[in-house]
Amino acid sequence: MIEIKDLHKSYQMGSNSLHVLKGINLSVEDGELVAIMGSSGSGKSTLLNILGMLDNADSGEYILDGVPIKNLSETKAAQYRNKFLGFIFQSFNLINYKNALENVALPLYYQRMPRKQRQEKSLKYLEQVGLKDWAHHLPSELSGGQKQRVAIARAMAAEPKVLLADELTGALDSVTSYEIMELIQKINDQGNTILVVTHEDDIAHMCKRIVYLKDGVIEKDEKIEQVRVESHVQ
Amino acid sequence: MFDIERWQEIFDTIRKNKLRTFLTGLSVASGIFILVILLGFGQGMRNGIEQEFQQDASTSIEVWPGVTSKEYRGMNPGRRIQLVNENYESSSTLLKELIEHKSSRMFVRGVTVNYGKESLVYSIQGVSHKYQFIENASMIEGRFLNYYDQNSTAKVAVIGKKIRTDVFNTVDTPLGEYIEVSGIPFKIIGVFKDHRDREEERIYIPITTAQKVFNGGNRINTMFFTLDPMENFDQAVAQSIGFKENLRSHLQELHTVAPDDTSAINVWSAMEEAKRYYSLTNNIKLFFWFVGICTIIAGVVGVSNIMLIVVKERTREIGIRKALGARPWSIIAMILHEAIFVTAISGFGGLIFSMALLEVVGPHIEIDYVVNPSVNFNVAFTTVIVLILAGTLAGFFPAWRAASVHTIEALRDE
Repeated sequence: MIEIKDLHKSYQMGSNSLHVLKGINLSVEDGELVAIMGSSGSGKSTLLNILGMLDNADSGEYILDGVPIKNLSETKAAQYRNKFLGFIFQSFNLINYKNALENVALPLYYQRMPRKQRQEKSLKYLEQVGLKDWAHHLPSELSGGQKQRVAIARAMAAEPKVLLADELTGALDSVTSYEIMELIQKINDQGNTILVVTHEDDIAHMCKRIVYLKDGVIEKDEKIEQVRVESHVQ
Repeated sequence: MFDIERWQEIFDTIRKNKLRTFLTGLSVASGIFILVILLGFGQGMRNGIEQEFQQDASTSIEVWPGVTSKEYRGMNPGRRIQLVNENYESSSTLLKELIEHKSSRMFVRGVTVNYGKESLVYSIQGVSHKYQFIENASMIEGRFLNYYDQNSTAKVAVIGKKIRTDVFNTVDTPLGEYIEVSGIPFKIIGVFKDHRDREEERIYIPITTAQKVFNGGNRINTMFFTLDPMENFDQAVAQSIGFKENLRSHLQELHTVAPDDTSAINVWSAMEEAKRYYSLTNNIKLFFWFVGICTIIAGVVGVSNIMLIVVKERTREIGIRKALGARPWSIIAMILHEAIFVTAISGFGGLIFSMALLEVVGPHIEIDYVVNPSVNFNVAFTTVIVLILAGTLAGFFPAWRAASVHTIEALRDE
């Protein structure tokens, strides 16, 4: 699903250049649940941004579902993001004046889906994350966990090939975090490919594979025995 | 533009950001409102001054003699000029192609006027039968002096409306009543109405009668002419000036007055006077335009400011939208669409409100020199369009910048 070869990225910080990614090679199969781990400054967010086409790599190859991602125009990148990727952010990034349903429906709007259909589909995904009854509430009326569920529903709504989650439990307490991870595992069980960036060990171990990033290179890449949340909590 | 989905999106945004929308709308609407009111008053002043000049025939020219101030052909300065019938007739003949109406006038002085036992103190003037057109007087009872009265030196009089209300308030009609002028009875044949009160305090009798009965000889005090109307104002002014100069030099020649002696023959032309006021009103209008345009500029600056803030405030939202697959162009279109919609609605709102105000209040305004302030709809409409365009342009650059900001940076924006 994802093929990355020798990816480099550096940022200009005034006069010095900061080399963040120093040759990443990564391959992710369909249906995997991968955690990208690393301390802050390891380059994990940068990697995710490049994977998410929110940022461009300096050099290297990135192939998403057989499509080479290189030198995309903004328009083309937007199109690919909409078709291929679903984002889940640490700070949820819901639009605060839109209710849960409208937030979930937004990617579908950019797919030019008719309003009626959009709402039906959004409601279906809200139901899947257990928030059907909260569909008409504004984000400000929801708890952190609920907000993240809405964000997950939104990411799912466009039926993307890959879900990208950036510290999705970073703003949540541990109980809520586990609930969210339970949801992520459930979605993965349905066959969705998910990449989770995190620095929390327990969250990473709820995935099926952990990629350790350190100083811009992959230090370790291992398949692990997944910790199911159901067993963990009980 | 007719994408129903985007309209719904816009309406959602507007509905949920009422204060922002209201403030944007208010600055646009008030800009338009002030402009329209200013333009309306500019027009009102113009109307007012125009009306002031409608009181007398607008092309009228008046001639009255004075005292010479220069030595000329052996004549000493300080000589008093006296106009006579022959001057009037030769002037009329000389310039007859341009003349519409004409009249001479003689003041009857040193006479007593009585109505029964009452003594009246009104000025008596001997005038020609066309004098009515020169004063733009209209008859409310009876008739004005006519050609026959003039030829037969009839002892008839026409009185002003004020005299009728002050003196003849006990009779049904003053027509057929007699007034005695130095003991000679004059029959009242008409009552006229004029634009100024003091002109309604006059008694007109045929000039021939005045000259014959009151020892006027062939002397006259004033000559009046009105000119044939012209198609446009500038032509009319030029015609008036030409006429005035010809008339003056003709009279100067007849009375042996130096050509550069300005005090012996006085000629006044309403047109020239009007022109001076017209250029004044034009300047006032220009000034109002200037103020109005400054208001619009302030409005545009206000709109661009609000757009900048709006875009800044929505940077994060724009980032989210982009992450969800919004194309840069659709971001720009969304912001502009909203801006255009809000400016258009509030612009036309301001337009309609101000025009309605002018329409309702305008006709009731009674200030000197301001009559029925109104505004040309096309002008106002164009201004609204200009404001919308300016608002669009003002919104475009922030929108374009917002759309081109890197998505991550936009998402980081707190």
